[in-house]
Amino acid sequence: MKIKKGIPLIDQHDKNGFWGGKFGGNFIPETLKKPVEDLTTLFEKLRKDKKFIKQRDYYFKNWVGSPTPFIKLHNLTRYLGGAQIWAKVVSEANGGAHKIYNATVHSLIAKRAGKKYIVGDTGAGYAGKMLSMAAKKFDLKCKIFMGIKDIQRQKPNCDAMKKNGAEIVPVYTGSQTLVDAVSECMRYWVSNCDTTHMCVGSTVGPNIFVKICGWSTSQISRELFKQIKKEFGKIPKKIKLLNCCGGGSSSFGFWNEFMHYNKKQIEFIGIEAGGPKNSKKHAAPLTYGSKIGILHGAAQYVNQNSEGQIEETESISAGLDYPGVSPLHCFLKDSKRARYTAASDEEALKAYQLVTRYENLNPSLEPSHAFAEAIKIAPKLSKDTILIVNSCGDAHKDRDILKQRLGK
Amino acid sequence: MVISPISSVFKKCKKEKRSALLTYTVAGDNTKKKSLEILNSISNYVDICEIGFPHNTPIADGGQIQTSAYRAIKNGIKMKGVFEIVKKFKKNKKKKPVILMGYYNMIFQYGENRFLKKCKQVGVNGLIVVDLPWPDNRIFAKKCKKKHITFVQLLSPTTSQTRMKKIIKDSHDMLYLISMLSTTGGKLKVSPKKILKNYNKIKKINQSKNLVIGFGITSKNISSFKKADGCVVGSEICKKISKSIEKRQNPVKNLSNMVKNLRRELS
Repeated sequence: MKIKKGIPLIDQHDKNGFWGGKFGGNFIPETLKKPVEDLTTLFEKLRKDKKFIKQRDYYFKNWVGSPTPFIKLHNLTRYLGGAQIWAKVVSEANGGAHKIYNATVHSLIAKRAGKKYIVGDTGAGYAGKMLSMAAKKFDLKCKIFMGIKDIQRQKPNCDAMKKNGAEIVPVYTGSQTLVDAVSECMRYWVSNCDTTHMCVGSTVGPNIFVKICGWSTSQISRELFKQIKKEFGKIPKKIKLLNCCGGGSSSFGFWNEFMHYNKKQIEFIGIEAGGPKNSKKHAAPLTYGSKIGILHGAAQYVNQNSEGQIEETESISAGLDYPGVSPLHCFLKDSKRARYTAASDEEALKAYQLVTRYENLNPSLEPSHAFAEAIKIAPKLSKDTILIVNSCGDAHKDRDILKQRLGK
Repeated sequence: MVISPISSVFKKCKKEKRSALLTYTVAGDNTKKKSLEILNSISNYVDICEIGFPHNTPIADGGQIQTSAYRAIKNGIKMKGVFEIVKKFKKNKKKKPVILMGYYNMIFQYGENRFLKKCKQVGVNGLIVVDLPWPDNRIFAKKCKKKHITFVQLLSPTTSQTRMKKIIKDSHDMLYLISMLSTTGGKLKVSPKKILKNYNKIKKINQSKNLVIGFGITSKNISSFKKADGCVVGSEICKKISKSIEKRQNPVKNLSNMVKNLRRELS
């Protein structure tokens, strides 16, 4: 399995929508065939439309707040001794996480499609919060599907959604987390696809949703590319880009512009949620060698039993608590462009403590998984190695969990 | 050419000037034994039995069928058990066509070829795979045909006329029209007249295909669809099972009465 040069990764699928011949595709009910095709046609048109790009860039700059900062974590670097640790502080974007890019683009598309309603799924609540913000901004009626377990553990984001006028639809089925929220959202779309636009909250789902999300979050690496050049005068020889990976929207966006670099120069490291230390449950299908299966319309590595039933996951971080992973990441893994590892709940919490002790940064539990890996490898690396962590979310939403687990 | 058991059922119904009654129950709901008992009993009034092999991430099913599916999985149903149910049922009711219905991941994990071989062994006559639309299903549908298993193509109100023609061209002896934009078991939100208009549009393309209507059909509205080749009732039946369990009543008896009534409504 090989990545082609000169073609964006999101476009490297075959005519049936599969990356690497086996990841992705469109495993959808007949009813959704037409809406998915319509959306595909519209998106392919819009991404070539200069006016649309201009509009996107305008909102990214003036509303989302691009570019987000790229900073060196001096204290943490000094404390760990070894590689330089930098952060791309995407959590500084409007709303506090990278989910704003996908939400903004989907809302702009919904407007172009003449849809008045928009629906989306959410785990940590950031995808939902951002969609509610974008919906409000662009005058769309918004419904957010969220597992009841996540509603309870991510209250601050739920409050924000309600404040933005979105309706939160609690999902009680299955594990009551993100996986069920996505299913319920898709079911809702099956019934309402004539009037409603669906935003899938990550680089998952039927082919076109993977593409739209990846195209949107790539803003992160577009900014980073320029920032690195400005900071170092050129692209340094040894860079490692560390990003947490649940569905995989922030990591894909963080890496996209650097895809064609040799991995010896720019290495991609994806950190999945390993779950509690003593639990067999996890949300790390790439790390722990899960088999290919079909989830939410796409073939991917996914936690499942031998029969094909999707397995329950467990993670302290609602945003990573998903049994599958983007087909793009499956492709990056099998083509060996990226490597994947996992951090446990405890490691993420410890990393959170360390980062907040030394730096004026407040990463949510999701990027804390990536910081855990950075903390682990930095001391063993040379001083000219540049470790960049995507701090893709703010811990404000995690205050209840942090209080409970760390007493603060 | 040998006429398939599914086709001969439709032929028989046409002769009797009535619509064929198809029911959907989930294998293993609420237990393996009970679901077989239910099938044995209701099949006295049913023309074709659709049997669901449950999946825990169903993206096209409404609440009632989800409940049945989760209950069956919780009570331990596995693919092996699904095939056992079909085998035992067919031993008893040799001529009653059985259509298995479910999501593709279950087939994918079982292995397409192994799955079809097993289907053939136990006497499955047809397959509906909810999330394997045309043209992605072409290869699998061909494999089914080789084994003389009807791969049932689905058509929806969103399916364009051109696409419809292509799907029908590739279809076997039975087609399934999704009545409206909905998951299974939704409230019928469009008029039967409108649904039948869509139905006639499809029949016009190819008169010879047996076309059934499903999604949102209940005892209350089934008589409006008498003219169709067949009608599928699923969620109402699953709901009855749930209610029966809740009230500690015997679902076999309750379902039998319900299906008897459905058949009466269609004649």
